[in-house]
Amino acid sequence: MPLLNKRHSVLPGFGIAAGYTVLYMSLIVLIPLAAMALRAATMSPGDIWALVTDARVIAACKLSFGASFAAALVNIVFGLLVAWVLVRYSFPGKRIVDALVDLPFALPTAVAGIALTTLYAPNGWIGKLLAAIGIKVAYSPLGIIVALTFIGLPFVVRTVQPVLEELDREIEEAAMSLGATRLQTFLRVLLPTVLPALLAGFAMAFARAVGEYGSVVFISGNMPMRTEILPLLIMTKLEQYDYVGATVIGSLMLLISFFLLFIINLLQRWSGSRASAH
Amino acid sequence: MSHSLTPRSVATREAPIVRWTLTLLALLFLVVFLVLPLVLVFVQALEKGVSAYWAALLEPDAYSAIKLTLLAAAISVPANLVFGIAASWAIAKFQFCGKNVLLTLIDVPFSVSPVISGLIYVLLFGLQGWLGPWLYEHDIQIVFAVPGIVLATIFVTFPFVARELIPLMEQQGTEEEEAAILLGASGIKTFLRVTIPNIKWGLLYGVILCNARAMGEFGAVSVVSGHVRGQTNTIPLHVEILYNEYNFVAAFAVASLLAFLALITLALKSLVEWNALRVQRNQEEIEREGIES
Repeated sequence: MPLLNKRHSVLPGFGIAAGYTVLYMSLIVLIPLAAMALRAATMSPGDIWALVTDARVIAACKLSFGASFAAALVNIVFGLLVAWVLVRYSFPGKRIVDALVDLPFALPTAVAGIALTTLYAPNGWIGKLLAAIGIKVAYSPLGIIVALTFIGLPFVVRTVQPVLEELDREIEEAAMSLGATRLQTFLRVLLPTVLPALLAGFAMAFARAVGEYGSVVFISGNMPMRTEILPLLIMTKLEQYDYVGATVIGSLMLLISFFLLFIINLLQRWSGSRASAH
Repeated sequence: MSHSLTPRSVATREAPIVRWTLTLLALLFLVVFLVLPLVLVFVQALEKGVSAYWAALLEPDAYSAIKLTLLAAAISVPANLVFGIAASWAIAKFQFCGKNVLLTLIDVPFSVSPVISGLIYVLLFGLQGWLGPWLYEHDIQIVFAVPGIVLATIFVTFPFVARELIPLMEQQGTEEEEAAILLGASGIKTFLRVTIPNIKWGLLYGVILCNARAMGEFGAVSVVSGHVRGQTNTIPLHVEILYNEYNFVAAFAVASLLAFLALITLALKSLVEWNALRVQRNQEEIEREGIES
């Protein structure tokens, strides 16, 4: 197969555009990432194993994945609810609410971090109420889940929303006329249709949460073994000039991100084929 | 948004009580998770009055952080704009092998943790890094200095413009450009007169998102910054320092600048989306009238 398919080559500029794209991408993204992976790959497997199985790393791993999973779960429930309300119902100020869903994309993570911490601290607006019933949010794993929920919400809403908009109402009417209740229609007809999009949103929110740094460092309190997430551990290693440790944990996280990226691609393709089947 | 022109059938509607409960629940969730943090930023910033607010913004360190943030955005946004245009032209207008690989690779910076985005440059250009010793000999400092901050910002904002343009240009196809070329227009002229007018909203949208992220990036910049007050601090890093010094009013005052930027970004984004929707509806209408007549 020739590099360029000649059928479409009436237009000029392929060489320079593609060449620049590949060059720029290599310099900015690929070479630096590959350099880190290579550095980790040239280390002895024994050293890598000792670093990865370090108690502090395992604790950070568990916390990062656990909190990200919990936050993504919260997000699929409330993300679906928000998407449903935005698509199906009308209420005053809907356009503003719709725009506001993207706030976590637009608001810098450090700002989100200090705002959520102040909000959920024991003397904060919400923290005060929760402290009265004995729930501690800021400076605990629960606080990390709150921050990651904030970060992940738009991923779920924005993947589910278009699928709900495209839904054919006739299917729901058919279900109704066949005697299904509204709840049965939702569980048996609507939910299976949005499921691929919902899972894709879940995976995206999860992937983003695992790597998130800015919004978490303020609310977590950063206690080793208790509220220390993986990206923070890299930061700590760097501050101690432990470049080897940082490289290994960084490469581990890179592997995880690529794996999640692969899963997300599969889910999106599934969601796309589901949507086009209707 | 209700697209249906026919009245909704009873079958696809819930009872009013269910509708109200779900709407209130969704709004309550959004208020607690999105609105309250946003409101809190401005309330805290103004807690000690307007003069304390201005004092925090006009302080020299805050001023130099603002300057550095503007510089980083002024370099990274145009750099990624040029890349986005080149990438979308190659990918959307031509068929070639390896296209899907290229598309996936463009997304990589989105799926990498911000901390890793900074780490890779430290490992490459730092003293412990591969190019570190050579750079040191030649007295060039990249990490823990301004160039590192710019590089990290370019990395994290890398896909924004390309991501917006590629689907848009694919959807528009190549017919208009081909017609212009066959009528004798040069490549540059075709691009400026035919392609650009078609993609201008997407282009604007991509630049807005790219800029918002460039000015607000925290994790990646934090790794490569030397945290030198007044020299290698961007606005988000300055916020962190103030917050960790328990100077909450100043921290939130500076943070309010970024929150304000986020609000402007959201407003512009909605504006661009509504505009694109309007253009699309107009086009559909023209096509429909064309078919009818």
